Amino acid sequence: MSGPVWMSASELAAALSSGSLTSAEVVEGLLARADAIEPSLGTYLCRTPERALEQAAASDARRAAGEAASRFDGVPVAYKDIFVTRGVATTAGSRILEGWVPPYDATVVARCGAAGLPGLGKTNLDEFAMGSSTENSGFHVTRNPWDTGRVPGGSSGGSAALVAAGGVPWAWGTETGGSVRQPAALCGVVGIKPTYGLVSRSGMVAFASSLDQAGPIARCVGDAAALLQIAAGHDARDSTSIPGPAPDLLSGLDDGVDDLRVGVVASTLGEGVQPGVRTAVEDGFRRLEKLGADLIEVSLPSFEYGISAYYLIAPAEASSNLARYDGVRYGRRAEGDDVIEMMSRTRAEGFGTEVKRRIMLGTYALSAGYYEAYYGKAQKVRTLIARDFERAFDAVDLLVCPTSPTTAFGIGERTEDPLAMYLSDIFTVPVNLAGNAAVTVPCGVDEKGLPVGLQIIAPALGEATMLRAAHAFERDLGWAGSSASRPPL
Amino acid sequence: MGRVVRVEAAAVTVAAADGFATTVGLEIHVELSTRSKMFCGCEVAFGGEPNTRTCPVCLGLPGSLPVVNGRAVEHTLRIALALGCDIAARSLFHRKNYFYPDIPKNYQISQYDLPFGVGGALEVPDGDEVVRVGIARVHLEEDTGKSLHVGGTGRIADSEYSLEDFNRAGTPLVEIVTEPDITSPGQARAFVSELRALLESLGVSDVRMEEGSLRVDANVSVRRTGEAEHGTKVEVKNLNSIRSVGRALEHEVARQRSALEAGGQLIQETRHFDEKAGTTSPLRSKEYAFDYRYFPEPDLVPFEPARADVDRLRASLPESPARRRERFARELGLGAHDIAVLTASARVADWFERAARAYGGDAKRVANWITADLFGLLNEAAAELHETRFSPEDLAALVKLVDGGTISGKQAKAVLQEMFATGKAPDAIAAERGLQQISDAHELGAVVDQVVADNPDVAAKVRGGQTSAIGFLVGQVMKRTRGRANPALVNGLLRDKLAP
Amino acid sequence: MAVDRAAVDHVARLARLDLTEEERGRMSAELTHILEHAARIVALDLDGVEPTSHSLDLRNVTRPDEVIPCLPQEDAIAGAPAAESGRFRVPRIIEEP
Ligand SMILES: [Mg+2]
Ligand SMILES: [Zn+2]
Repeated sequence: MSGPVWMSASELAAALSSGSLTSAEVVEGLLARADAIEPSLGTYLCRTPERALEQAAASDARRAAGEAASRFDGVPVAYKDIFVTRGVATTAGSRILEGWVPPYDATVVARCGAAGLPGLGKTNLDEFAMGSSTENSGFHVTRNPWDTGRVPGGSSGGSAALVAAGGVPWAWGTETGGSVRQPAALCGVVGIKPTYGLVSRSGMVAFASSLDQAGPIARCVGDAAALLQIAAGHDARDSTSIPGPAPDLLSGLDDGVDDLRVGVVASTLGEGVQPGVRTAVEDGFRRLEKLGADLIEVSLPSFEYGISAYYLIAPAEASSNLARYDGVRYGRRAEGDDVIEMMSRTRAEGFGTEVKRRIMLGTYALSAGYYEAYYGKAQKVRTLIARDFERAFDAVDLLVCPTSPTTAFGIGERTEDPLAMYLSDIFTVPVNLAGNAAVTVPCGVDEKGLPVGLQIIAPALGEATMLRAAHAFERDLGWAGSSASRPPL
Repeated sequence: MGRVVRVEAAAVTVAAADGFATTVGLEIHVELSTRSKMFCGCEVAFGGEPNTRTCPVCLGLPGSLPVVNGRAVEHTLRIALALGCDIAARSLFHRKNYFYPDIPKNYQISQYDLPFGVGGALEVPDGDEVVRVGIARVHLEEDTGKSLHVGGTGRIADSEYSLEDFNRAGTPLVEIVTEPDITSPGQARAFVSELRALLESLGVSDVRMEEGSLRVDANVSVRRTGEAEHGTKVEVKNLNSIRSVGRALEHEVARQRSALEAGGQLIQETRHFDEKAGTTSPLRSKEYAFDYRYFPEPDLVPFEPARADVDRLRASLPESPARRRERFARELGLGAHDIAVLTASARVADWFERAARAYGGDAKRVANWITADLFGLLNEAAAELHETRFSPEDLAALVKLVDGGTISGKQAKAVLQEMFATGKAPDAIAAERGLQQISDAHELGAVVDQVVADNPDVAAKVRGGQTSAIGFLVGQVMKRTRGRANPALVNGLLRDKLAP
Repeated sequence: MAVDRAAVDHVARLARLDLTEEERGRMSAELTHILEHAARIVALDLDGVEPTSHSLDLRNVTRPDEVIPCLPQEDAIAGAPAAESGRFRVPRIIEEP
C-alpha cells in the first residue's frame, strides 16, 4: 500500500472512520505527492498546506469526539481557482485578479467545508475558464500526467491532472462548454457535468452565466457522485438554483443497466474523430450492450450547430460578465490619465489573448445591428438542440458518444488556431446549451496509450440513472483503481 | 450604430398660439423604500459613511449573484397598476452594458422590451383642465453608486479625480417613461407633482427629490406650428425639484424657440440644468454613440405574475389623489384651493381626513385651520404635517372649543401655537392659561349686574333705545373678566336686562 | 461576414480594450474566421422558433425583503487599487453617464 495517495475518497473515508488513518496523515501524504508531481505538471495556482493541516486537525478532533461532520469528514479536496475562497487568493487564472482575496466563500466551498473536507489549494485553469487545454492560464501551463508534452485538456485541467496523478482523490471543476468532461477524458478520470441549477453558482467566477455549472472530478464514479451529492441542492443565493433537495445520487449506483435503453449518437463517430477514440468508444458501446442495455441508434440533427451557437452565446455573456474587471474596485490597475484610459489599459494588460478574443467576439455579437443575426439566432439554435434532446429522451434513457473527438493533444499544437481549439468541445457543448446532465468515464486508451473518455448523457435531473450506467461500465472495464489507470509519471 | 432609443410614440401636440408648439416627454426614476436593496440584503438608506452598506453582490465582486427583492417587484406592479398600465404576462430583466465607474458590474440590471408595466396614463390637473399623459412603460432596475468629483468646481468637467461610494448601488429604482404628451413646462410640473402624490399615496417611495429619491429627466422639443414632424429632441438632466422641472423647461423651450426664430438648427443632445443660473448647458459630448448591448440577464429567471396576484394588488390600491380630490369636493364641499393644497401630499390628505372625521362637522372649518394656521407654523419650522407633535384629533378638539364658545378664535390661535410647540392637548392648554371662556349665564349675570350698577348713565341710554351704547357695557364686562367672558352671551344678558 | 478594422476599433472601444496595432490586425482576421463558422447558423431559417435564454423552467424567483449585515468599510475597499477616505479613487471622469 502506498499510503493515501491512490486511495479513493470512499476508501479514505472508511480508513478515517476505522481510525487506520488520520486526516492529518492523509493531508501530509497528499502534500508530499503534490511536492513530487508539481514540478512536472503545474496543477496548482495556490496551495494552502497550513490551512489544510489545520482543517485536518479539526477533522481528526471531530472524529475522535465521535462527531464527524459527514461520512467524508477529513478527506481532502482541491478547487479549481474559479471558486472564491474567503481569505485565500482567487484569480480565475487571470492576471487581472492578481492579489485579490475574496471576503466570502463559494457555496460549493462552504458546503464541502461544512462536510469537513480540508482544502489543499486552488488548481490551474484556462483564464476565466476560456479554453480547452489550460494553456490559456495567465500564470503557467498544466501538463498531462500521461504525457507531459501534452495538454491535460481544459479549462479544469489543473483539477483533472491533479486527480489523475494521485494528488487528491477528487476535485472541483466547472463547465461552460465541456471544461470538466474534456479534461477528465484527456486525463483518464471521471467528470460530471450536472444538470444546470443542481449545484449553486454562487461564488463561481462567472464566464457564461446561462451555461456555467460546477462539476466534480474523481478517479471513480462513486467518488464523483459522492462529491456532487455533498454540494448539490437548492441555494437561495442563486436564482437559477433548482428548488428543493438534491436527488439521491448514491443509493442506486449498483443497480446495473439491464433495464436501460441507450441511444448511440450516430453522427459522433464520423469524420474528425481520431480512430483510436472511435475504437475505444465503440468497444464501450458493446460493453454496455453486453451488460444488458438496449442500444438504439439515434440522430440529433442540431448537434452540429452546437459549436456555432456556443461560440456566440458564451462570448456574449462573457463580454458582459468580465466588464467588472476595470481596475476600480479590486485586482490589477494600469495607470491612465482619465478613467476610460485607465480601464482600457487595465483590461488590455490584465487579460490574456483568448479572453480578449472572446470579449471582442461577444461584444460584436451583442452590438446594435448584429444582435438578432448572432445572439438571437444562437438562442434559437439552443431551442432546437433542447428539442432534439427531448425527442431523443422520449425513446431512450441515456445517450452515449465520445467525450472528445481526440485524446490529449500536444502543448502548443492548437494555440495558433482558435477554431480548431473550439472544435475540441464539439460533443460536450450541446449538453451545456440544453442544460441537461452528462458524465465522462474512462473507456480505454488510444494507440499511443492515451486515455479515451466515453460520454453518457442524461436528461435534466437524470443524474442517478446516468451514474449507475457509468458505474456499471466502470466496474466491468476494471479501470478505476487498477494500475493501468495510474499515469506513468 | 445609434443610441438605443427605447420608446417612441406619436404625440398629439397642442399648437401654441404664437407659432410654436412644445412637446415634452418625461423619464422619472423613483427609488423604492424597501428595507433591503434590489438584489442583495444590504440596507436601503440615505447618506451615511461611504461604502458601509455594501456586500459582494452590490460591489459586483466576482462570483456574486443577484436575487430579486420580492417587495420591489410588488411595489413596481402597484405603481404600474396605479398608473393604469397593463401588467405584462411575462417580464424579463436585461443587462444594459456600459462602462462607468459608479456601476459596480459595468452593466445595470434593468428591463428592456419586456417591462413589468406598459400603456397606462395619468390625469393631471392643468388649470381648469385635466390633461391625460400617457405612460409608455414602468420598469424596475437598480440604482448606481455615487461619484464625488474632487478638484475644480466639483462638477465632472473640471475635476482632477473622482471618489466612488457604492452605498446607493443596487437600490431598487423604478423608471416611469411618459409618452410625449406634455405640451408646456407648467404641465410637466403638474405631472411631476401629481405623480409624486400618487407614489406617496402608494407608500412605495420617500419621494424626496432633494435626496434624489425621485429624479426627473425631460425630453424637450419645439417646432413651428403646422409642422408634422417633431422637432429635434433635447434631453435635459439634473431636475432636482418640481420647481426645477418648471424652470429648466421654461429656459430650454425659450432657448429652442429663439434658436429656431434665428433660423438656426438644433442638435440632438443632452443638456444639464444649472440650478443656480437657471440655464441649461450641453453635457460633455459623448466620444461615440452608446450601444448598450441589451441581452436577457442570465442570472435571473423570467417573471410571470399570476392573474390572481395582480387582481389582488389592483384591489388593494389606495384611493388615488385624483379620486380623493373628487371626493373632497363632492362629500366635503371643499373649494379648489383647499383641495389642491390638501391633496398635494397623501400624508397631508390623510392627516386632514383624520381631523375632519374626529371633528364631525363642516370639514371646511378644519381645512381652514390647517391651510391658514397650521401650514404657517409648519413653514416657519420647516417641518411637515405628519411630524407635528399633536394629533389630528387634537386639532378637531381645538376647533370644537371655538365652536362651543369655550375659547375665542383669537385665543385658539395662541393655543395652536402652544400645541405645535409642546404637543399638549388644546383643553389642557386652555385650562392652564385660564383661557376658558365664561359661558355660564349665572356667573356672568353677576358681573353684568355690577357693570350696570356702576354705569347708570350708559344703562339709561340703552334703555332709552340707544342700542349702540351697549358696546361700552360689553367692553366693561370683558375688562372685568380679563377677556374670558363669552361676548355673545354678555350681549344677550345685557339686552335682556336693559330691555326698554 | 468580415470584421474589418473599423469594426474592430469600434468594438474594442465599447469593450474598453486598449489593443495594440498588431492585436487589432489579428482580431480582425480571427473574428472573421470564427464568424464564418457561425454563419452556418446565421443562415438557418428559424422564424417561429422561440429563443432559449434559460434552460431552466423556473419563474418568479424572489427573496424576502430582509436586511442582512453588510461588509465593514475596510473589507469593502480592501481590494481597491486606490482609495481615499473610505471611497474608491479613480482618475478623472471625462464623460457624463
Ligand atoms: Mg433607467
Ligand atoms: Zn449588497
